[in-house]
Amino acid sequence: MSWISSNLWLIPVLPLLASAVLAVTKQPHRRFAAALAIGSMALACLLSWDAFLTTLHAPAHGGIWRDFHNFRWFQMGDQWLWLGWLLDPLTAVMLVMVSTVGLLIFIYSVGYMEQDANFTRFFCFLALFGSAMLGLVMANSLLLLFICWELVGLTSYLLIGFWYHKPSAAAAATKAFITTRIGDVCFFLGILWLYGQSGTLLFYDHGRGCLEATALTSMVTQTTISGMAISTAIGLLIFCGAVGKSGQVPLHVWLPDAMEGPTPVSALIHAATMVAAGVFLVARVFPLLNASSGGGAEVSGALTVVAWVGSITAVFAACIAVAQTDIKRILAYSTVSQLGYMMLALGVGGYAAGVFHLITHAFFKALLFLGAGSVIHGCHEEQDIRRMGGLRKYMPATFATYAIGMMALAGVPVFFSGFWSKDDILHSAFAWPVSKGPFFLGLIGAFLTAFYMTRQVCYVFYGDYRSAHGNKRQNKMPHESPAVMTTPLKILAAGAILLGLLGTPAWPWFQDFLTGQHATFRFGQLFEGEVLGLMLLSTLMVAGGIGLGWWLYGLKPATKAEAADPLERVQPAVFGLLREKFRVDEIYAATVIKGTFRLGEICSWFERTVCEGCIRVVTYVALGFSWLNRFADEYVVNLGFDTSCRNLRQSAGLLSSLQDGQVQNYLRVIGVAMAILVLLLVWGGGL
Amino acid sequence: MIPLKAYLVLSALLFGIGLAGALSRRNAIMVLIGIELMLNAANLNFIAFWRFHPGTEPLAGVMFVLFSIAIAAGEAAVGLALIIAIYRHYKTTNLDRMDSLKG
Amino acid sequence: MSQCPYFLTILTLTPLVGGIVIACLKQDKEKWARGIGLGFSLLSLASVLWLWFTHNPAGGLQRIERHVWIPSIGVEYFLGIDGLGLLMVLLTAAVVPFALFAPGPREGYPKSHYSLFLFLEAGLFGTFTALNFFHWFIFWELSLIPAFFLIKLWGGPRRSYAATQFFIYTLVGSVAMLLAFQAIFLATGTFDFVELARLGRSGQLAAALANRLGWQQGSAAMLIFLGVFLGLAVKVPLVPFHTWLPAAYAEAPTGTSMVLTGVMSKMGVYGFLRILMPLFPEQMRMVLTPLLWLTVITIVYAAWAAMAQTDLKRTIAYSSINHLGYCMLGIFAAMKFTIGEAQWTTEKAAALNGVLLQMFNHGLSASALFCFIGLLERRAGGMRGLNDFGGLRKVTPVFCGLMGIAIFSSLGLPGLNGFVGEFLIFKGSFSLASWAAAGSVLGLLLTAIFLLIILQRVFHGPLNQKWTGLADLSAGERWMVSPVIALMFLIGIYPQLIIKMTNPTVLQMVSHLTH
Repeated sequence: MSWISSNLWLIPVLPLLASAVLAVTKQPHRRFAAALAIGSMALACLLSWDAFLTTLHAPAHGGIWRDFHNFRWFQMGDQWLWLGWLLDPLTAVMLVMVSTVGLLIFIYSVGYMEQDANFTRFFCFLALFGSAMLGLVMANSLLLLFICWELVGLTSYLLIGFWYHKPSAAAAATKAFITTRIGDVCFFLGILWLYGQSGTLLFYDHGRGCLEATALTSMVTQTTISGMAISTAIGLLIFCGAVGKSGQVPLHVWLPDAMEGPTPVSALIHAATMVAAGVFLVARVFPLLNASSGGGAEVSGALTVVAWVGSITAVFAACIAVAQTDIKRILAYSTVSQLGYMMLALGVGGYAAGVFHLITHAFFKALLFLGAGSVIHGCHEEQDIRRMGGLRKYMPATFATYAIGMMALAGVPVFFSGFWSKDDILHSAFAWPVSKGPFFLGLIGAFLTAFYMTRQVCYVFYGDYRSAHGNKRQNKMPHESPAVMTTPLKILAAGAILLGLLGTPAWPWFQDFLTGQHATFRFGQLFEGEVLGLMLLSTLMVAGGIGLGWWLYGLKPATKAEAADPLERVQPAVFGLLREKFRVDEIYAATVIKGTFRLGEICSWFERTVCEGCIRVVTYVALGFSWLNRFADEYVVNLGFDTSCRNLRQSAGLLSSLQDGQVQNYLRVIGVAMAILVLLLVWGGGL
Repeated sequence: MIPLKAYLVLSALLFGIGLAGALSRRNAIMVLIGIELMLNAANLNFIAFWRFHPGTEPLAGVMFVLFSIAIAAGEAAVGLALIIAIYRHYKTTNLDRMDSLKG
Repeated sequence: MSQCPYFLTILTLTPLVGGIVIACLKQDKEKWARGIGLGFSLLSLASVLWLWFTHNPAGGLQRIERHVWIPSIGVEYFLGIDGLGLLMVLLTAAVVPFALFAPGPREGYPKSHYSLFLFLEAGLFGTFTALNFFHWFIFWELSLIPAFFLIKLWGGPRRSYAATQFFIYTLVGSVAMLLAFQAIFLATGTFDFVELARLGRSGQLAAALANRLGWQQGSAAMLIFLGVFLGLAVKVPLVPFHTWLPAAYAEAPTGTSMVLTGVMSKMGVYGFLRILMPLFPEQMRMVLTPLLWLTVITIVYAAWAAMAQTDLKRTIAYSSINHLGYCMLGIFAAMKFTIGEAQWTTEKAAALNGVLLQMFNHGLSASALFCFIGLLERRAGGMRGLNDFGGLRKVTPVFCGLMGIAIFSSLGLPGLNGFVGEFLIFKGSFSLASWAAAGSVLGLLLTAIFLLIILQRVFHGPLNQKWTGLADLSAGERWMVSPVIALMFLIGIYPQLIIKMTNPTVLQMVSHLTH
């Protein structure tokens, strides 16, 4: 129990407050906005480091050290819904990573977004993102995690669509939100199911949490349809959320499009932190996914799915990256592929390896994206690598840091963090009892990664500047970015190198820290079993990838922007397929999306015709009845009455014509009548 | 003594002349005169039947006729007054034009 | 003052008096109509707020007024309020001034417009406080008539069609309900909801109906149940009975749409909770599976239909059907027969709390959305098509931001009010009726799709050159919407604010259900 663990809530709340203030700040207060956002993030970063150090010095006896604080949110029936925050090694590491990378990218954004009209709004969204992301990693409740999860989705939406006047950006934002929402809906169902089964959404709650033994045992023993353990079903549903957020196949389509956002956003949200939230989620609920009736000896079905999805994504995205020409899209597919690696690691049970790769990847991928941003900035918003070239002469600092990032990502041995973390993953995959498939897919992925990164670096930094408007008179040559942008690059580059040293097989400090063991120096392990062999194998793959890339692109750099890619000349059909991203977008557009809208139209058509038709039928039936009624009234009931009335009136008319008003006529009638009477009397014999 | 039949014939003639006058004349006054004639024919009948009927009350017939003449006088007065009123309204005494009671 | 015995009567009379005052205004004072209308509705709001803060959550039905009215047919004047009624009264009192602030009718008869509005409010207050069928039904119908005239006189081009359809449709439902209640009265001799609920729970109601009608026990009660159900289902609406809604919402003037969707659609749900659930628990359980199917269809079908609309008001109208479908899901799930275990109590209480929250939240967010569309429509000279705009965020950033908040509240973003209600409903119903909840989750996804498409088509993309001169929200308009937006955040972050009032009522309902 320490100060920081009971006040951990301050970490996300500080940027949240900053964001709230910035939401009502007017546009012209640019310095204030940047200062407030960066200041809040810096404070959060300091607190995160404090939390990390606290965790580091915590007594590590008997497993992983955890400290959590739960609080009541609202009532339902006689129970309360509890939320809470948690400090354990995983949270501490993630907090430090998110706040540090976040802080650097905030600083970088000051330079990158300098000219933008909506500068204040940008920092408002960034601060909101920082807050939600920090909240996500420290949540001790799946519900709180989901809340933050949706909020990072929201900020991702807002920031992808930051340049909303571009139709492509607006469309990409919508696509990102909806695609991840597909996963989130399954995630939501998983949460509901988990809640129903375990009666709580708290991860850890003194033995009553949903990730603790009691709940897990009960969920493992119950089965649902086709004999699947309930824990597996729930785990898979939750994993769907991770698939959406972390851009795994088949929901990876939104991530490359998300590059429509400003580059710092791509670096922060779509490379380093938010997309890794899916991996974090899997790591967080790892006990649930790992639970199996065999008591740990058996590989659970959920993790098998995770491993396969991860390994397929790793290779699938890497293949696409080979043929892309947009500097950010290459990195985006690379991100998808690396996230696949992390999933693979978690799936094969390499919990620590996956998280280690998450951390190292965050640093070098943020570095690469910021470097790409610097390149784009220097080349006057040009993103096509075919129109770059030779930039190492114009942008030396960017080139140096970018090269470090590239080598870390490619996994160049010994000096770069990517090597160690990737090697750790391959090691875990090799040891997986179920199948060697993920291991081989991982190797192929490593080769492809080295290859496409080499291709990109050759295109961008080697050869001659190929831009169409690149002539010196108009002062349109590339230029180096300001210090506010290159300094974060340098810091991240240092991280990309040094972080690797924390997780070598000889001194797996990071892995031990995560799994709650005391780190020891185990130099001998380097030579144990297959460790060295695997290292050599992966080194070979990397060397092959880089060599092939250099041979194809480095030796004879392209001289014209329009020149065909060397691979395209060899295999135009395959290359075309890769360039079109296996046409996944088109397939979705033709099936799922079209189907959805078609169904919408059908429903609407149903509304217009059938529903309104029913109303119309009812109306006409009612009208028909009233018509019938009128008919009966007019022609049946009224007919006799009317006729007798008419006859009466006619006869009255006839009689009234007798009364002509001529007095003498009346007299005549009387006279005639009297005469007749007299005659009657006479003839009747009365007289 | 003049027989009853002669009185009755005279009375019938008188009535016939009156009726013909009342029916044929267009002038309202002439019609009124015709009606007076017819009335007097009836009076003549009264007296005649009283005179020739055996065992009748003394003066009964004379009383009837005197009443009848008095009433005829009143009737003539009212009739003339009506005709004058009608004449003032229609500026005519022609009976053909007076048909506002037509049905 | 807190003991004032006629508080609820006075509450109902306040807008009624206001309406009469406005109706009696002289022609040359017509411009005061809006001010007086606002004044009276704000007065009602103030009294409801006072009611809210003096309400004792654990006290069950309170502020009871009970007077014999027509003893020969068992009619009493019987008012009372519990958590459910209070929440609905608060919603009414909040939405009506908001709707009066919204863009009013542009031409003609402002006097009658505002007085009709206040009559409508009085009808709603009366409905939500009545505990005897007789005057409950009077108020129920009383609210229908001003709504009819508001649509008919100030609506869009097809207003006559919409108003007539709305009126006749709801009237048919009402007639069915009235007949059903005649039968109930014949069988039991009472119109008292509390008494009838007691009879319904113990099964005596069904027995009495069977005695009186001389049919088999099941079929008599089922028939009467269906009559009441029809009346309420039309009002909610559930899907085959919903056809009146899109036309009515789309053609009604802005303020009326806001009240229609914000409050009047809740009358049906309220009826389910107040009448159908306590009176006919057995009958409802008998047809629970078809009802759940109906609900899933309502949710998914309405969302899909919303996606294909090009008129913003129609889209939001369909989304209203979708959102109320969640309420129905929660109610039907809570009706599910379970053997009384503590665990199920929690699930049912969660679902019903969710239903109440969702009613309130939907009232806020849907009326806010209609208000925003009304503001947009007025600025754009009557245009409100999905494809008529584009890129408006550039010229109207504040408008876009605030409407964006309302949209995200409507699609259930955590942190805003919509999420909590939906979470509770799904939390409760997933355990009780898993397949229905799982099917309905699709609605959440579809809602997100069409709402985001609205954002994208109207506010994002390149600015449509036609609208370069469109004005952003004025200061007055900002003040008008900001309380509602603030409430969205408040409930989203601290839902206990509402739940602490509703939870005791819900617990009581649940305990009645399980006995």
